[in-house]
Amino acid sequence: MTNAMRVLIADDNEGDRMLLSAIVRREGHQVISAVDGADALAKFDADAPQIVLLDALMPNVDGFEAAREIKSRTRDSFVPIVFLTSLTEAGELARCLDAGGDDFLSKPYNPIILRAKLAALARMRHLHTTLAAQRDEIAMYNTRLMREQDAAKRIFDRIAHQGCLSTNVINYLMSPLALFNGDVLLAARNPAGNMYIFVGDFTGHGLQASIGAMPLAEIFYGMTPKGFGMCDVVREINRKLKDILPIGYFCCATMIDVSFHKGTVEVWAGGLPDAYLYRAQTAKPTRIGSRHLPLGVVSTERFDASTDVYYLAPGDRILMCTDGVLELRNPGGEMYGTDRLEVLLSSLPPGAPAFERVKAELDQHMGSAGREDDITLVEVTMHDAADVLAPTPDIDQGNAQVAHDWSLVYELKPDSLKHSNPLPILQNVLTEVPALRARSATIFTVLSELYANALEHGVMGLSSDTKTSANGFSRYYRRRAELLDALDAGFVRFELRSRSDADGGRLEIRIIDSGAGFDAHGAAYSESTYHGRGIPLVRDLADSLVFRGNGNDVKAVLCWGKGAGDG
Amino acid sequence: MTVRSEVSPDGRGLTISVEGRFDFSAHRDFRESYERRNVDPDHYTVDLRETTYLDSSALGMLLLLRDHAGGDAAEVKIVNCNPDVRKILTISNFEQLFDIC
Repeated sequence: MTNAMRVLIADDNEGDRMLLSAIVRREGHQVISAVDGADALAKFDADAPQIVLLDALMPNVDGFEAAREIKSRTRDSFVPIVFLTSLTEAGELARCLDAGGDDFLSKPYNPIILRAKLAALARMRHLHTTLAAQRDEIAMYNTRLMREQDAAKRIFDRIAHQGCLSTNVINYLMSPLALFNGDVLLAARNPAGNMYIFVGDFTGHGLQASIGAMPLAEIFYGMTPKGFGMCDVVREINRKLKDILPIGYFCCATMIDVSFHKGTVEVWAGGLPDAYLYRAQTAKPTRIGSRHLPLGVVSTERFDASTDVYYLAPGDRILMCTDGVLELRNPGGEMYGTDRLEVLLSSLPPGAPAFERVKAELDQHMGSAGREDDITLVEVTMHDAADVLAPTPDIDQGNAQVAHDWSLVYELKPDSLKHSNPLPILQNVLTEVPALRARSATIFTVLSELYANALEHGVMGLSSDTKTSANGFSRYYRRRAELLDALDAGFVRFELRSRSDADGGRLEIRIIDSGAGFDAHGAAYSESTYHGRGIPLVRDLADSLVFRGNGNDVKAVLCWGKGAGDG
Repeated sequence: MTVRSEVSPDGRGLTISVEGRFDFSAHRDFRESYERRNVDPDHYTVDLRETTYLDSSALGMLLLLRDHAGGDAAEVKIVNCNPDVRKILTISNFEQLFDIC
């Protein structure tokens, strides 16, 4: 016997009680004596003994009753009860156990057996206490884990699923396999009102899969509103994921840049199943295949951010999904697969919304079978720019009255033209002016269209004639990438001047390029074809737009308040 | 799922074959097939003739093998893919990292 215990001895026979007490004390334990059952219950409550020795037959609550009562008061802990009895009849002994007794001790007492029994009960007690403590600990950890996961999920959902998913442009279905989701769906507007949409699928499921989504979402929502191009965003996401993910983990993704003004969708696709473009006018869907490695696999030097551009009319749609959709199994174990999806898409009448139909067919296919993977299905519908809610600029009225007058010249040489995007920096400077911040979408569109014009038609001398068909459109962007890569001479210069006082103001944006100029007024800018949507758009947005020289020197003016009069 | 590996007679190449489903359950065996060998091969071949299915964790394992074999300098061939397996490798554009035939 190692540890001393508090032992409650209840016996109405004083001689027996004293004898037993002496033996137990000699074993090193502390003794609490009770003279009958009622006394035993009172002392049990007062002294919390660790073992109880009970005479079976006592006045004022007998041993059986006392045992039942003690057991009912010690549901959570284990206090062994030993009956002290001179009974020998089997039925009587069984009654002792039925009442909650854990053992008997026969009178007259044998000190050796008593010692052995106390030691055995101490071991049982110890085992029980250990188990109970472990059980409580596990329950506590589990509760804490669930609470932490729940809190983390709420944070995660706010980060990963914020943005403008709830618009008339996007229909989506996301069903997480676990509490966390390995799929990511992000959407945000850039300053020009374009919508960037990111659909991703991390390898694996649950927590490990969703951790990578946090920095991804930060980058996406951080860079998009600042005016970075989609290629910049996707390149940065790849860099970050390559840095943080262990080898063998990556994110299959498709990112698109939807320009409602121009009716174009630019696509970067790496590792997700084919997306489908289906038009309001023709029934047969076009596949948009993945051209790139998934994100987080190769370093920035090897990363390919090239994109494809598609022309979409209002009502044309793009359907994207993660592989969980295609691998969804029916109760017979058969996967849904691309064949079924393509048959369904081809069977729809032109212009019919496919999303609801695909969703219904997936539910039907799955039937009673369980899901194995995260699934995400997204449909993006092209709209007229006017039908899409404009991004709400953060207007700080507090500084609106401050007068200012400044100018800025910013010139990009070949290396900068190749590797950097000047628009976020300029946008940042311009939106420091509160009155301009309210017009950030307009300013961004004017800047980006005039810059694209200066770079592509001016410095690189590309003709937009090649853009006269949907095919040519893609060819044009390929050619643009090649020329830019080989660029070794030329410049684009921005000259910005902003002036305002309490009554209003004006912003002049002048852009000069090193090119030979072009026909700024001729047929190249007809508004009905695929090309040349940019300049008419700027003409609409700006208060004035003037080409000078050969067309390689352009000035746009934006006015507000009283300044609008002297444009 | 069974993973077998075999060193070429000249000791310069290691061929790893995966039979059945190539998914997360193959993780340990696949890794051991090239890590436990006391050879340092110049080139690796992953034979998928008997592979019926391949998922994204298998793609991850292939990336781990490529890293083990020297990263961008690695010579890793993936051979005998059935059309389903080939399709998954193609969607992920793994031909940019592996010699697939």
